[in-house]
Amino acid sequence: MRCERCEREATIHEVIIHQGKTRERHLCESCAREAGLSSDPHMPISKLLSSFMLGPTAGPQSPGKPRPHQPAKSVVRCAGCGTTYAAFKETGLLGCPACYEAFSERLSPLIERAHEGGCHHVGKFPRRALRDCRSLNDRDRLEVLLGSIRERQERLESLRKALAKAVRDEDYERAAALRDELGRMTDLMEGAETE
Amino acid sequence: MTEPDPKPKSHGAGDLPEPKQPPALSSGFERGVEWLRGAGDASDVVLSSRVRIARNLAGFPFMTTAERADRAQVLELCKRRLMNLALGEGRRMLWVDLHTATPDERDALVERQLISRNHAKGKLSTGAGGQDEPRGVAVILPEERISAMINEEDHLRLQSIRSGLALDECLADVDWLDDEIEKGLDFAFHPRFGYLTACPTNVGTGLRLSVMMHLPGLKMTGELEKASRAAHDMGLAIRGFHGEGSEANGEFYQVSNQTTLGKSDAMLLRELNDEIVPRLVGYERHARGRLLGDRRETTHDTVARALGTLRHARLLRAAEAMELLGLVRLGVVCGLLPEVNLDTVHGLLLAIQPAHLQRITGRVLTPAERRSARADLCRARLGLR
Ligand SMILES: [Zn+2]
Ligand SMILES: [Zn+2]
Repeated sequence: MRCERCEREATIHEVIIHQGKTRERHLCESCAREAGLSSDPHMPISKLLSSFMLGPTAGPQSPGKPRPHQPAKSVVRCAGCGTTYAAFKETGLLGCPACYEAFSERLSPLIERAHEGGCHHVGKFPRRALRDCRSLNDRDRLEVLLGSIRERQERLESLRKALAKAVRDEDYERAAALRDELGRMTDLMEGAETE
Repeated sequence: MTEPDPKPKSHGAGDLPEPKQPPALSSGFERGVEWLRGAGDASDVVLSSRVRIARNLAGFPFMTTAERADRAQVLELCKRRLMNLALGEGRRMLWVDLHTATPDERDALVERQLISRNHAKGKLSTGAGGQDEPRGVAVILPEERISAMINEEDHLRLQSIRSGLALDECLADVDWLDDEIEKGLDFAFHPRFGYLTACPTNVGTGLRLSVMMHLPGLKMTGELEKASRAAHDMGLAIRGFHGEGSEANGEFYQVSNQTTLGKSDAMLLRELNDEIVPRLVGYERHARGRLLGDRRETTHDTVARALGTLRHARLLRAAEAMELLGLVRLGVVCGLLPEVNLDTVHGLLLAIQPAHLQRITGRVLTPAERRSARADLCRARLGLR
């Protein structure tokens, strides 16, 4: 196979799946280098954290140097487990389920980045817990699982937008998957309201 | 409270005296595993498929901050739930308390891919913890396909592992186990973030789909770098035979998804099972086609020499044996070594690992003795009759 930019043999074959769209590129070594083809392996969370926290210009930390001490403006502690955000930065691990709420402001952009823009859970919900809430008509617990009515509507709206975009892009496989997901989520969310 | 085995297997000669507890691992673990059966879709390239989901119990801190009492309670709750599942005819649940298991038993479980290395050590990725941390693993027998790790990085890590490209079936397995456990326990769940996990990279579905691929064709044609670069750009991670942090030996690679939030289980499955893996399989088959075309004689020579070494070597390191077995496997699936049985090769991939080698020979071996025993085993199983 020929390089798509010049006449040399293509030795780098790249497949990019971005937002469900598949694109292939076939390049020779030199054109690939010019194109800045990423050869970065998957970033572990700790690296992601430090590059995100320090900003892209700070560069990698040299291991010998002590890490620059940044005085905390205000130390936020998770009420559930006492973990600080600094402790999370150190280990990449949270202390308890409540940490997600306690640090949600700083955590959300990080999570979005780690999941290629994903910020809302789609997919499975705890089945038995949902059934229980419905049969007991426990609205408070249902909100804990599904979010407020406004949040549920927002989520359906964002799925509808993603679906419309997939259709516009003529990515029919992704559109079909999103349509299934939207149907399922609508049942889930609205089943919650009617009961 | 390990479920009583209705008909305990008889022990081979030279076994240790009968332990008081029913033997957790002493029987059966010498035989092969289902995921190395060499069957299923695309099994010329895909060795096995694995699906893992992470769950945490609501009302308990994550392992990072949990006190010993919390951990013991989580372990007890999960164990009780797991040991009371209805498994169907002919199945039983094996339970292993890892904090009291021997290092050899833990290693065997790692080699069979039933627990992670960190779980064997009782350590978190941060290095915290140690061997006596209360933790366990439950395995559904006899298939040994579905298992649950308790108190790894998350309270529960449920997994299913099968031969060939079978991510959809693996997903159905863990989905079933997830529902069964959830019938009796509440999971930590957030309307926006989904299933909550200790590490934010697992949050959402908590789902990790992976396939173990054999890519010697891409390696030999010099295209592996490109394929793995492509895989990274597809948002996948590629690792060696035994997962995180291990070198790839014998050109076995584990490919898995990296994002878990914003895509449903079904969407993640479709991407990997229907798009990405078939594409990588296609690349590998294409490369093998080239090796069998104008480079047939060289290829035949390479795989035949590998077989020759395995048939005659007196000392073999694990990495070298893996490398040679990988080449022999290539020869067998390409029809260049008709005299070798694929099952034999797959059996050896597991049998040459240190803990299994000790189980097969029935004694504790020093590293030097292992090299010798490993070569003996390869000669015996692959030797000219
Ligand atoms: Zn070019
Ligand atoms: Zn917390």
